[in-house]
Amino acid sequence: MKLFRIRGGVHPHDCKTLSADKAIEDLPMPSLLHIPLQQHIGAAAKPAVKRGDHVLKGQLLANSQGMISAPIHAPTSGRVVGVGHYPAHHASGLSVHTITLQPDGKDEWVELFPPADPFALDPAEIATRVAAAGIVGMGGATFPSAVKLNLRNRYSLHTLVINGAECEPYLTCDDRIMREYSANVIDGIRVMAYALGVENIIIGIENNKPQAQAAMREAATAFPNIQVVGLPMRYPMGSEKHLVQTLTGLETPARGLTADIGIVVHNPATALAVRDALCEGKPLVSRVMTVSGGAIQQPRNLRVLLGTKVQDVIDYCQGFREEPTRLISGGPMMGNVLPDTRVPTVKGCNGILALTAKEVSENQESPCIRCASCVQACPCGLLPLEMAANARAGNLDAVTKLGLMDCIACGSCSYVCPAHIPLVQYFNYAKGELASRQRAKHKQDETKRLIEQRNERMAAQERAKKEMMERRKREAAAKKAAAAAAAAKTAQEASA
Amino acid sequence: MSLLISSPHTHSGKSVHSTMLLVMVALAPATIFGLYLFGLPAISLFLITILGCVLAEAMALKIMGKPVGKYLSDGSAILTGWLLAMSLPPTAPWWIGLLGAFLAIIIGKQVFGGIGQNLFNPAMVARVALLISFPLEMTTWVTVDGVSGATTLGHIRTETGQGHTLSSFTDSLPSVSDMGLGMIGGSMGETSAVLLLLGGLFLLWKRIITWHIPVSLLGTLLLLAGVMHAINPNVYPSVEVHLLAGATLLGAFFIATDLVTSPVSATGQLIFGAGCGLLVYVIRTWAGYPEGMAFAVLLMNAVTPLIDHYFRPRIYGRDRKGEPLNYASGENK
Repeated sequence: MKLFRIRGGVHPHDCKTLSADKAIEDLPMPSLLHIPLQQHIGAAAKPAVKRGDHVLKGQLLANSQGMISAPIHAPTSGRVVGVGHYPAHHASGLSVHTITLQPDGKDEWVELFPPADPFALDPAEIATRVAAAGIVGMGGATFPSAVKLNLRNRYSLHTLVINGAECEPYLTCDDRIMREYSANVIDGIRVMAYALGVENIIIGIENNKPQAQAAMREAATAFPNIQVVGLPMRYPMGSEKHLVQTLTGLETPARGLTADIGIVVHNPATALAVRDALCEGKPLVSRVMTVSGGAIQQPRNLRVLLGTKVQDVIDYCQGFREEPTRLISGGPMMGNVLPDTRVPTVKGCNGILALTAKEVSENQESPCIRCASCVQACPCGLLPLEMAANARAGNLDAVTKLGLMDCIACGSCSYVCPAHIPLVQYFNYAKGELASRQRAKHKQDETKRLIEQRNERMAAQERAKKEMMERRKREAAAKKAAAAAAAAKTAQEASA
Repeated sequence: MSLLISSPHTHSGKSVHSTMLLVMVALAPATIFGLYLFGLPAISLFLITILGCVLAEAMALKIMGKPVGKYLSDGSAILTGWLLAMSLPPTAPWWIGLLGAFLAIIIGKQVFGGIGQNLFNPAMVARVALLISFPLEMTTWVTVDGVSGATTLGHIRTETGQGHTLSSFTDSLPSVSDMGLGMIGGSMGETSAVLLLLGGLFLLWKRIITWHIPVSLLGTLLLLAGVMHAINPNVYPSVEVHLLAGATLLGAFFIATDLVTSPVSATGQLIFGAGCGLLVYVIRTWAGYPEGMAFAVLLMNAVTPLIDHYFRPRIYGRDRKGEPLNYASGENK
């Protein structure tokens, strides 16, 4: 298959050998699970259980709220010991709504109702079941998958692309999933394609994963509509818009979705979750993640129940080799810093990395020398150096005009910057400022609207009051006149 | 462990220091050859110029209250001094080097705000200031055998200026192989074309520079030279002379490609290079100086912000005007 070249990109050392040969293992049952109610983009789920309830594995713990949301299910059987707050799987470590579950050790499934044949269902029913299973984008974006499966209603789709690029260094969980569960992943992919109503399926896998490519090819032999394509190794190949461009040569319009050009992209781990939901009726209660980095004693790929503390995961990997300089959720290019090891694992966490000072290679920021390395590296055709300079000067309009909202925060610019300027940090700051400015403007507009409405209402009241008074006055005058007339009449009659 | 750290959590390992160091490595062969060729006076001028730059940089940083050690260790002052020394006549008096160093660092760089802020190439600012202020010292050249004489381009300029045709004095010009190897008179570092080319290729290989500026600069210059030489070979020197003599290769790979003062986008760099090439030819051929690289680069430096403003890369998912791509009416559906 002919591939197309994407602009820019970088070639970070992939460090995947640390964990690529480690088969997926199940993490032993932890003593306590802290399950946050917001593990997805959109509205947080609403608790459906209370303290003291006994729940079975896969039982609903919290309901989805609104169009873009996802429900949460019990990762194992046990007793709800708390519906309260716990530090989030987020750099801030702020307390968020969390259900705490004490496993009873039986790991007993709730009664499951898988459909006899997923392909006999209505496509909309598949999306409904995916939504009910709490499945979100498992590549890290955590966008509710059902919403993406329903895109056929609004777009004319032709291709499902499976993003097996896994271009982030260190991460090997998708690699292992595609190697070990290739048949199941293919089943999930076929169900998703059926739900989307598309025939054409392309599975893109970077060339540093030859075994995964072979396994997926093997599993897909029976289906001529599925193509497994080797991708050149270049970060950010896994950015869905760039992946689609590599495979089809089509660029997704700015501010648009890949669906605008008829393509939907899903992750192999999501496909596996969809398969479990549709073929076995199981909701999403666990996920595979890579635990790696120079500071980890024994890097591994683990299947972890959602809500397991990061500390439990690290303990299973024999703990730290040395005190990590940075603890990260996700990959080193786009992952987030974790405040400490108490936080729970969540649906979007595809890796836990404990990096040493050498790996992080932190350095003091120095002035920009305009070397244009960032311009060459940017896969979106932006001018990171100009954007950062304007962001630093607080010139938000200029940054926006330079394409701030077209930035995918891939980090290629910061990665190559010889002056160690934290470019992504500047852009995140500017994006945050822009969002808060928009919120403030929205609030202002709303307030203005409400005030105007109130003024109108008051004026209308005033008018009505006045009219009423005038009417009364007229009526009173009429009455008086009538009375006077009557009196005059009586007087006349009397005098007559 | 600080929490307010954004991704990425890894780095390519490139640094300003290593970038400067690689440029120096690339310059080393031609420099060593030049120093060997011109001997002790050249070596002392080279050292004085570099030391002058470091001294001026340290003083300026001290006055501005910036951390002296941090900025000195990036190596940019040394590189500026190095490039300036390469563009001076090897036998120029020591104070030319020292004065040039102060001009380069203080007027060329620090008054703009230091590293990364200067509009003009500091070494070229100094060279041009010296050339205009001290024309005698700056145009006294020594050939390899120790005899003083004009540079190749200077010689051609003088002769053709007196109405002699090129063919009447070809014998007095150095051979192509002499020019290629550097057995000619000229600035310290601009004599050996082969070694400069080698250094330039090294920079390309190490991805310190991209091909855009050298290719468009040399392409424009040589195309013009070729066309003009074809029109009248008696007045206009050949392509080889333009390529191998003067500061052509030093300029194309080391001066015009200066990171700070050249445009950032590929298109911008092509325009910048072409502009330099054009100006070099025009100055060499019709203006008052036999060699025009320094002037050409400075003039193009002046328009770099303009080039950067108008020639930006196309943003992903947008057309050249910045509007989102529209497939509904386009050819893709």
